[in-house]
Amino acid sequence: MIRSFGQAEFLYLLAAARWTVALSLIGFAGGAALGLVLAVMRTSASKWLRGLAVAWIALFQCVPLLMLLFLVFFGLALYGRDQNPYIAVTIALSLYAGAYLGEIWRGAIQAVPKGQTEGAKALGLHRGQTMRLVVLPQAVRLAIPPTVGFLVQLVKNTSLASIIGFAELTQASQFVNNLTFRPIPVYLTAAAIYFALCFPLTWSAGRLERRLLSRVGGATRG
Amino acid sequence: MKTTLQFGPVLAAWDRLLEGAWLTLQLSLACMAAGFAIGTLCAFAATFGRTTAARLVRVYVEAIRNTPFLIQLFLIFFGLPSLGVALDPVSAALVGMSVNCGAYVTEIVRAGILSVPQGQVEAARALALRTSLVIRHVVLVPALRQAAPALGGQFILVMLGSSVVSTISAEELTARGHILETETFRPFEVYIVVALIYVALAFGLKLLFAGLEHAALARGGRR
Repeated sequence: MIRSFGQAEFLYLLAAARWTVALSLIGFAGGAALGLVLAVMRTSASKWLRGLAVAWIALFQCVPLLMLLFLVFFGLALYGRDQNPYIAVTIALSLYAGAYLGEIWRGAIQAVPKGQTEGAKALGLHRGQTMRLVVLPQAVRLAIPPTVGFLVQLVKNTSLASIIGFAELTQASQFVNNLTFRPIPVYLTAAAIYFALCFPLTWSAGRLERRLLSRVGGATRG
Repeated sequence: MKTTLQFGPVLAAWDRLLEGAWLTLQLSLACMAAGFAIGTLCAFAATFGRTTAARLVRVYVEAIRNTPFLIQLFLIFFGLPSLGVALDPVSAALVGMSVNCGAYVTEIVRAGILSVPQGQVEAARALALRTSLVIRHVVLVPALRQAAPALGGQFILVMLGSSVVSTISAEELTARGHILETETFRPFEVYIVVALIYVALAFGLKLLFAGLEHAALARGGRR
């Protein structure tokens, strides 16, 4: 019997969306840790650390997320792990998010005026203190709008986890479609749920950016 | 457990992987061109068009940018047939990727248009240039020059994102990887090779865009 697309199916999709949210948060946490390391390496004084971070970011920004998912998924299996989509998705999303966040945050760190670093040095702060007390607090302000913008990409890209068998919103919608054969209402509903998750982020990213621009622009452009 | 990687069976099928890479490249270039056309038109409609046109563009851009490409692809490939429009996988991929790319290009070109100083347009009008000339030489060219780096980045994302169309069995690079995986039972090696081909394609495109940008700047002169 073909089921119809009703309230139960809608609630099933809505329930699956919590995995989309969870994956986004996990990917963001892992990506933030990796991204911070990359951004600091990328702006360090050591040529080797900088080169390593540049190469890492360039490489991971040139591999499709789907390939990262497959490589981690099958790579873990190769080394005797179970084919566990949870771990594979966590690692792959973190690698993906780390490369992009690292690049975004590098830009933010470098956008902090050089005089700030020099001033901190003149005051006798050592490198770590300069970073922690002077540069990063200012960089964070600059980094927030593009970071929120990237979160939208991350939320949408968790949909790829469905391809390696992770039961999040996209896979749930495929499942419901297979039961109901009503692709348009089913996928439009899934799209609407994604939209409800992403649009507030897009909107606030734009707002934060305009606010930052008007503040910074007001000071420099006069 | 000790395992050894064996690339032999994968590399033996190099011609099929290259075929897949060729389709990936063709698909991506076609969708970049289509997305660029859609995006530029929409950006002009959004900045200079009537309120209704601007609103429609807004709805298009926000709907695409805030939903996953995979869901858009499913709507086109599985949804459209129930409305009587059945597309084969490659056409569905072309439509999906172009529509998706167009939305991002709209935003990038719109930002470029907004960066053109208003005084420049007014000066051109004061010199009695025809509207079509003003749009072409005073708005479009400087706007695109401004937008070029972001457009290049977006186009590379389009190419990388095309791997997703393997889910509707369009036989591009990733799909060739799937087939090879089931034949050789060497998924890790297959996807290492496929990933490296993507890296090569992305670097190739980066060089191409840098070259194009450089050529355009040399011809048009720096502002």
